[in-house]
This record gives sequence, C-alpha cells and structure tokens, in this order.
Amino acid sequence: MLCKGVKRKREEEEEQEPASQDWWLEEASSSPSPQAEASPAPLPPSSLFNLSIFKLHHGLRRGEPDLRHLVLVVNTLRRIQSSMALEPSAPEPPSPAPVSPLPVVPDAPMCTSVSTLLDDLSHIEGLSDTQTAFPEDAPLSRPPEPGLDPGRPAPLGSLEILLEDGLEGLFDDIDTSMYDCELWPNLKTDSGETEDKTQGPGLDVSELDYLMDVLVGTQTL
Amino acid sequence: MRGPGPEARMGVGGCWPRLPALPLSSPPLYRPRAPREVVGHFTEEETEAGERPPGPFALPRKKLRRRKRPRARARWPACTSRSCIALPSRGSRSRRHAVREPIARPPAAHSRRLLSARRRRAWGAAAAPEAGREPARAGPAVPGSRCRGGSRASVGEGAGGGNDIQWCFSQVKGAVDDDVAEADIISTVEFNHSGELLATGDKGGRVVIFQQEQENKTQTHSRGEYNVYSTFQSHEPEFDYLKSLEIEEKINKIRWLPQKNAAQFLLSTNDKTIKLWKISERDKRPEGYNLKEEDGRYRDPTTVTTLRVPVFRPMDLMVEASPRRIFANAHTYHINSISINSDYETYLSADDLRINLWHLEITDRSFNIVDIKPANMEELTEVITAAEFHPNSCNTFVYSSSKGTIRLCDMRASALCDRHSKLFEEPEDPSNRSFFSEIISSISDVKFSHSGRYMMTRDYLSVKIWDLNMENRPVETYQVHEYLRSKLCSLYENDCIFDKFECCWNGSDSVVMTGSYNNFFRMFDRNTKRDITLEASRENNKPRTVLKPRKVCASGKRKKDEISVDSLDFNKKILHTAWHPKENIIAVATTNNLYIFQDKVN
Repeated sequence: MLCKGVKRKREEEEEQEPASQDWWLEEASSSPSPQAEASPAPLPPSSLFNLSIFKLHHGLRRGEPDLRHLVLVVNTLRRIQSSMALEPSAPEPPSPAPVSPLPVVPDAPMCTSVSTLLDDLSHIEGLSDTQTAFPEDAPLSRPPEPGLDPGRPAPLGSLEILLEDGLEGLFDDIDTSMYDCELWPNLKTDSGETEDKTQGPGLDVSELDYLMDVLVGTQTL
Repeated sequence: MRGPGPEARMGVGGCWPRLPALPLSSPPLYRPRAPREVVGHFTEEETEAGERPPGPFALPRKKLRRRKRPRARARWPACTSRSCIALPSRGSRSRRHAVREPIARPPAAHSRRLLSARRRRAWGAAAAPEAGREPARAGPAVPGSRCRGGSRASVGEGAGGGNDIQWCFSQVKGAVDDDVAEADIISTVEFNHSGELLATGDKGGRVVIFQQEQENKTQTHSRGEYNVYSTFQSHEPEFDYLKSLEIEEKINKIRWLPQKNAAQFLLSTNDKTIKLWKISERDKRPEGYNLKEEDGRYRDPTTVTTLRVPVFRPMDLMVEASPRRIFANAHTYHINSISINSDYETYLSADDLRINLWHLEITDRSFNIVDIKPANMEELTEVITAAEFHPNSCNTFVYSSSKGTIRLCDMRASALCDRHSKLFEEPEDPSNRSFFSEIISSISDVKFSHSGRYMMTRDYLSVKIWDLNMENRPVETYQVHEYLRSKLCSLYENDCIFDKFECCWNGSDSVVMTGSYNNFFRMFDRNTKRDITLEASRENNKPRTVLKPRKVCASGKRKKDEISVDSLDFNKKILHTAWHPKENIIAVATTNNLYIFQDKVN
C-alpha cells in the first residue's frame, strides 16, 4: 500500500498519474499543522478536497452507503473547505490536476448528488445559495480560485468536464414522476437558463429529487 | 391462544407487556400427528389401568399435575422433534435433569464425553468419575440473580499482568493459502463467560464455535486446546426489495449469554437482524419405539404384539444450533453493537443513529432509547459507533460517537435517553490538529472493565482508559501506533484510516490489548506501564514457542529486527481480539485466520 516516497518537485505534481501514491506520501510528510517547520511545501488542500470528493462519490455509489464513512468524509470536506476559504493565497493547481484524481467517468447521478451535497455544504456554510451547483460561466481552463468565491467549491470545473457529455439520454428510461417535489424550485428557473452552456448538463429538478431521494430514502424510517 | 392485549404497547415508562399464562386447557398445536410414544417421563402410579400414559404434549395440562415433579412451562415453541423431551427451560435449573438416571456410561475415550462431567459440575449434581480430573480452576459461578451489584472481577490463576507474561503460540485456525476468500474473513471473536467456548463470526454469515478441551494428565504443560465444537450458518444474505439493496450476511457481533442450563445461548447480529441461537448437545437418543422402526418408518399398529418401554441409549455427541429468537426489522441503519444487560433479560442493539432495547423473550417489539437522527439529514455530523451496557448496573449504558465522545446514559432518567448523564470527551490537542483530527478521534470500540469502574475506548491511534467518575479526560492513554500520525494522508487515501479496531481487557483488568497493522497486536500493562508488540504469523508456529516482541522503527536508522513503517503491510490488520475471562489465553483474528496464544506454563 504505502510505497517508498520519491521526492517530487512541485511542478511535477501537475503531470502525475492519478493512482500515484507517492504524492500522498510526500504530502503526508508535510503536515498541515502550523508547526511543521521542517516540512517542505504546504499541503495543497485542493488535492485533499478532490480526494474527498472522490471518496464521497465512491461511497455514495455503493448500494447502501456506510453512514459513518460518509459522515467522516463530509466533515473532513467541510474542514478543508473552510481552510481553503481562509487561504486566499492558496496555490492554484491548473485544471488537469483536479481532474486527475478522478477516475474514468463516474456515474452521472452520483456527480449530481455530490454536487447536491456540496450545495448543501455551501448552504450550511451560510454563503450565497443562489449559486446552484452547475451554472458556472467560466470556461474550464480557468483554474478555480477559491479566494474569489468561497462559496463555490473549487473543483466543480472538473465535475463539469465529466458531465458535459449530455446526460439526458441516461435518464430516459427513468420515470421520475413520483419524485417530483418542490424542494428546489429555484432550480427550475436556473436550468432553463443554462441550456446554452456547454458544460451545463441541464439537470432537471426531478433528477435531482430522485437522487436526493436515493440518498435520503435509505434514511427514512 | 390469546396474545397480549392492546394495552401492551411499546410506550413510555418501559412497561413490558406481561406474557399471558398458558391456558391450561389449550389444545395442542394443530398438526396431524401420529400417536405419540412416551419416553421415560412417567411413573406407574400416574397411569390408570389400561389408559394410555400421558405424552409430553398431547394431553391437557391438568393431568400432568399428577406428576410429582413440577414441570417447567415452555415459554417458546416446544421442540417438535418427537424424540426430544429436552424442553428449553428458563430460570432456575430444571430438576428433571437431576432426576433422570444416568444411562450406561459412555466410553471415556472420546475427549468430548467429558462434557457430561462439565455439565454435571455446572448443575451441582453428584460428581462424575471424571470430576477428579477437572482442573481446580476457581471461577465465580455465573450468578443467576438479576442486576448484580457486586463486582464480576474474577481473579483466576495467572490472570494478571503484574509479572512479564511470556506469550506462546498455541494454535492457528483457518486456511493456509494467501488467497483469502471473502466469505472467510473473520468479523468478530468472543469468548463465553467461562472461557470454555470461543465463537467467531465471518463475512459469510457463519458462526464457528471452538471448545477448549479439558486438561488431562498428559498435557500438564499447556492449557486445553480449542477445537471445533459447532459450525452453523447464522445469517443469510437478504434482499431488501423496498430499497433494492442487498443486506450483507456478515456477522458484526457475537455476544454470549451466561449459562443457565445445559445449553449455551448466544446473540449474533448482521447489519439488520439479531438472532438468539441455542447450542445444545445431544448424546443420547431414545430407542425401542413400539410404533416406529429405527429408521423412522411407522409400523402398522396391528402388527404390534408386545409393548416395550423406549430407553435412552448413548450416541455420538451431536451439537445442534437452533435459532430461538429472531429480532428483526428494528434498525434502519447498520447495527454495529449488541450488548447484554446485567439482568440477563434485556439487551441493546445500536446502529448508526439509534439504540434499541430488547427483551430476550420478545421479538416483535423493542424500545428505542437513543435517537440522534437529526430532523434534517443534511445536518448529520455524528453517528453512533459502539454501545455497551455497564457490567453491574442494569440501568446504565454508554455509547461512543464518530466525534470521539462517549455518553453515559441512565435509563431511569427517562424513557428516551437522548440526554446523557455524563459526557466523556478529551479536549483536542492543538499541536496535533490536522484535517484528519476528527477521523482519527472517531471511537471504534468501547469496553467496560470487568469491575465496572473503568471503560476503555479505541480510536485510530490510541487506547484510552476512562474513569467513570471523571469526564473531562481519560486517566490513561496508550499509543498504539503513533508512527502512523505522519502518514495519515496516505492512510486516508487508501481508506485504512477508517479501519475499526477493537480492544479488550484481561480478566483482572490489569492489561489491555488491541490490534494494529502488519498482523501486529499490542498489549499494555496498566500497572507496570510496559507495553509489548507481538505478531500473529504462521512462522515460528510451533506450539509453546515464545513470541518475540516486535518493534517498528518510525524514522531514522533502522535497527536490526526492527521493521520500518514503510514496510508495514496495511492489508494485514488485526481488528478483532479477545481475552479469556479467567486465564491468559488470547484469541487474535487476522484476516482469515484465528490465532490462539497462551502464556508460558511452567
């Protein structure tokens, strides 16, 4: 599992393989605590963030998610997010970096649910809630700047790369009429406006609701 | 038969519905039956001339009143086997066992026959010839009283950690090859209250029980070996059609009930369902039926010319496991703990968000005593990770959380124990803060000491011992593998940081033990403050080989015989360990093997 770490330079991180563990080992040695006086470069929290998103995603993909695992990952995500929000000078890994930890196209529903969860996170953080998960005007090549908009999680750009391949077809056979609800009425208006966006998948409220139901459905008594 | 009335509902106040008395004239179970043979239970004066002797089930109860011996009332469905008259009886030791005459003594060659002696010893009857060979091992008899106030601490011989114990390899169970079948992964290990039986549960839903052989003269230098006593499939994979989810059959926990009669009882649970299993022995069977051939076929009554009385004859020992209660449909989330109360009538089961209280006799209802589910699931930040009843106080239990807190609750305070009586939490060390602080503070196991004064919690890197009278910090903290603190990021990436290690006390509460990676396990002596790291591996597996202490080199120059952190195998983890309640015998589970170690006996 843990292999011998190879000292890497900062710029090499951008081109590394997603499955490399050495990077993590290197990061592990550089503790994020303030007293890490002997550590080299500070830990880039965005990479941890991506990893956490991936874990969340993976955990949600399972038939019956392990609640403890999910809660711990979400809480870690919140910590990372809050620390990223506090660091305006956080290093900006270019766009390939956020993508690389994520493997081959994950299921679209899970991306949405993750984004829904992030949406919830941002709600909880008390930040602007009119920013729904998807309308992101900036092109993907622009590196996410956490300092600019603390409410918008940084690696959404990566998610949208994966979502841009028209997802409507995946949902054709799902009848979501039972799951219509009014939880996110603002999304109806927003999705109507995002048709022209290349990256906006135009997710419907019903799809979101279905996914939310999948999440919450296991938890209703 | 009338069931409990509408007033017998689950409700505030914790009033268990009274079971209705069995009506004396209740008809037998509606099942077509051949005429019954009676085995052994009647005496001549109970039968009138020419009348058929009463059978165990068929006739109205009032006739049975003529019996001189009081009959234990069957509380749960009677065994339907025609030859079985061993009705399960709760409560005090049934006298019928003592009255029944022992049959021709079985040959003593088979070591398992000694079980008869064990049973008689437990029953206090006249000592069998084997009694002389039984070890004079003092152990407190299992108390039958409710809600014991006294301490259960048993100071058996050698159960202590004062002097350095030398641990020796004793046995290993399981497949040798490295290819681990998923179903063979051991998921729980538990000794029973006497230590004679050792139960393991695996991912395939099976329970395997090992029994310790009685010591005999030829093996004075080691305690008895553990051999397979019974194997049964406890849980099967299920499919929840409502949610389209499969329910794993993996056994999450096994807990033994104290022994009250000849049979053994244990609770085993998977993610959703708890089952009470009865493990009983049968070493005699009735022979000589009048209407039934030996192979079970029925004879034509007209061909019967003489009558004979069936008698018991010895047979090869058979150990049967039968599910006696199934406690299902009470948990929405995954059950992580079960714990039997000191009143031996109730037990709790805990899942991620709720804890339920059950009565061992009642399967169709349970009380919810803790519920931490938020109204809005988006606000969920904490889950329950373990729960346990206090060993002496039947109203007290604790539960631990994923945030590193332990809450002690008193069921006398309110029906729903959402508000804790005590909250045990250690303030976070600011110098060790990281993104992973919460994950590594998540408690994976909580265990009370046998005395009931202390409790031990296991989080990712340490073992903490708490005094129940002090809530703000633990009284002792032992680092299990502090060298992993700098590797938390990698361990987060490969998910090892979420591993749930268990911990256990020894019989005298002087030594605690827990597992680690690379098949290492650690023991901490609370008195001498010394600790030791040992490895469970098949190398050096000759019995009575003393285990060599291992050492992990955190950084710097690696000394000889030390192993560096980067060489540790994180796939080989010891999550489950158990300590014999009276002796220095430990059971350590690697992924699919069970190791048994004993201290060196001179």
